[in-house]
Amino acid sequence: MTQAPPAERQAWMARLAKASGAALARLMPDLPPHDLLRAPETGTVMVRGRIGAVGAAFNLGEMTVTRCAVRLDDGAIGHAWVQGRDKAHARRAAVIDALMQTGAAPRIRAEVLSVLEAEAEARRASRAAKAAATKVEFFTMMRGEDA
Amino acid sequence: MYVAVKGGERAIDNAHAWLAEERRGARDVPELTIPQIRQQMALAVNRVMAEGSLYDPDLAALAIKQARGDLIEAVFLIRAYRTTLPRFAASNPVDTAQMALDRRISATFKDLPGGQILGPTFDYTHRLLDFTLMAEGAPEAPLPGQPPVAADGDTPPHLPHVSEHLNHDGLIEPAPQGETLPPDLTRSPMELPADRALRLQAITRGDEGFILSMAYSTQRGYGRTHAFVGELRLGRVAVEVDIPELGFAVEIGEIELTECETVNQFKGSRSEAPQFTRGYGLVFGQSERKAIAMSLVDRALRWKELGEDNIGAPAQDEEFVLMHADNVQATGFLEHIKLPHYVDFQAEMELVRRLRAEAAAAEAQQHQQQPQEAAE
Repeated sequence: MTQAPPAERQAWMARLAKASGAALARLMPDLPPHDLLRAPETGTVMVRGRIGAVGAAFNLGEMTVTRCAVRLDDGAIGHAWVQGRDKAHARRAAVIDALMQTGAAPRIRAEVLSVLEAEAEARRASRAAKAAATKVEFFTMMRGEDA
Repeated sequence: MYVAVKGGERAIDNAHAWLAEERRGARDVPELTIPQIRQQMALAVNRVMAEGSLYDPDLAALAIKQARGDLIEAVFLIRAYRTTLPRFAASNPVDTAQMALDRRISATFKDLPGGQILGPTFDYTHRLLDFTLMAEGAPEAPLPGQPPVAADGDTPPHLPHVSEHLNHDGLIEPAPQGETLPPDLTRSPMELPADRALRLQAITRGDEGFILSMAYSTQRGYGRTHAFVGELRLGRVAVEVDIPELGFAVEIGEIELTECETVNQFKGSRSEAPQFTRGYGLVFGQSERKAIAMSLVDRALRWKELGEDNIGAPAQDEEFVLMHADNVQATGFLEHIKLPHYVDFQAEMELVRRLRAEAAAAEAQQHQQQPQEAAE
């Protein structure tokens, strides 16, 4: 079992949380044996914003979240906090988080994470390109006093 | 006061059965699915999330279906559901400068860095009914061309806020800083006077119609603040939470937000050079009208802090605005008067009868006295 640097683990946990439960199930239908340290549980997170975008915090409203913790047979422990109420999503994300701390990491990265990454990037790029196509090119009309 | 009334169980059961039937409507019309509502009634879903104060598009769509499209009833259902969930944590404040933008416009700067991005907006539509959307049985009308896509490399990067440009030059007041825990009206009852963080929480979950009217009243002169939309942006931001069991923060999802920053009238004093002031709006989902209205109301409520005159305008009255903005509270109190008030009303009836009897007796006595007076 290897100890991944937090930045890497943060990145894959975020990827797993932002993916849909259906996408995870498609890429990883079968899960290795594992114990539930914390059964999938749905609750909320209070989302905060900042006054004037950059100032002090205020409470904006809550979002639904499901969390789960698992232990693989080899002792690796995985955690997941994922948006929404999909318990299977949280469980799968926790198992994948655990697997990413084992020798299976390269295979999981190739078969699951990089696919999710590419799909998310394609979605982002498609929306961004549509947004960019609505960018206004202003030109100033000649004004009377300039004539 | 209302009292428990027995004896209506069967009538209530029958009323609920009929309600379910009416909700479903005619059986020869296909039933709406949650994904259909979520996808095609997205702005209604957004409104229910914003006023229900719970970001979950599937639940909001379900609430709309169950409430037969009554959005305030749907908000009520969401608020009630929310109380059944444990709260795990509060997020780190979202960073809207990192928003993946669908739309970003400024009414104050034509040539703002990054440009004006219109996004999927109703603006510039002619507001003519589109009867092609009504053509039933016909194959789905093709979209008027797939939305054009900009050439690669022209995708909008994360753009800094317009106000930051003004801030660099000291032309606008800085946003208030502070690391204190913001108050939370879902955890402790709202206390007045409220600080700005508490006001913003109350306004963002407040009724859109009420906040809109309050904002409109300031534009018409009841607490005018001369607002310009410095920037309006719509897009998705990541939500990051410190996970206690891990000891680091993780992005747990992504939510759509609408943000509005207004640039308002400036004021100088002996100690401070004149500068613009700000109003702020941030709302779940694509909720542009609400975000703009929120920033106007936020700004109007800051009169005291900015040393402005209280002209007695409703939008300047914190208690009036904050105590009447919540449509679930308002509906609850308004609609409770239709519930049985038989004892109350019985008491009023008796009072009116007694007063009438007293009045009649007094009148009769006067009639008796009058002939005597005339005789004298």
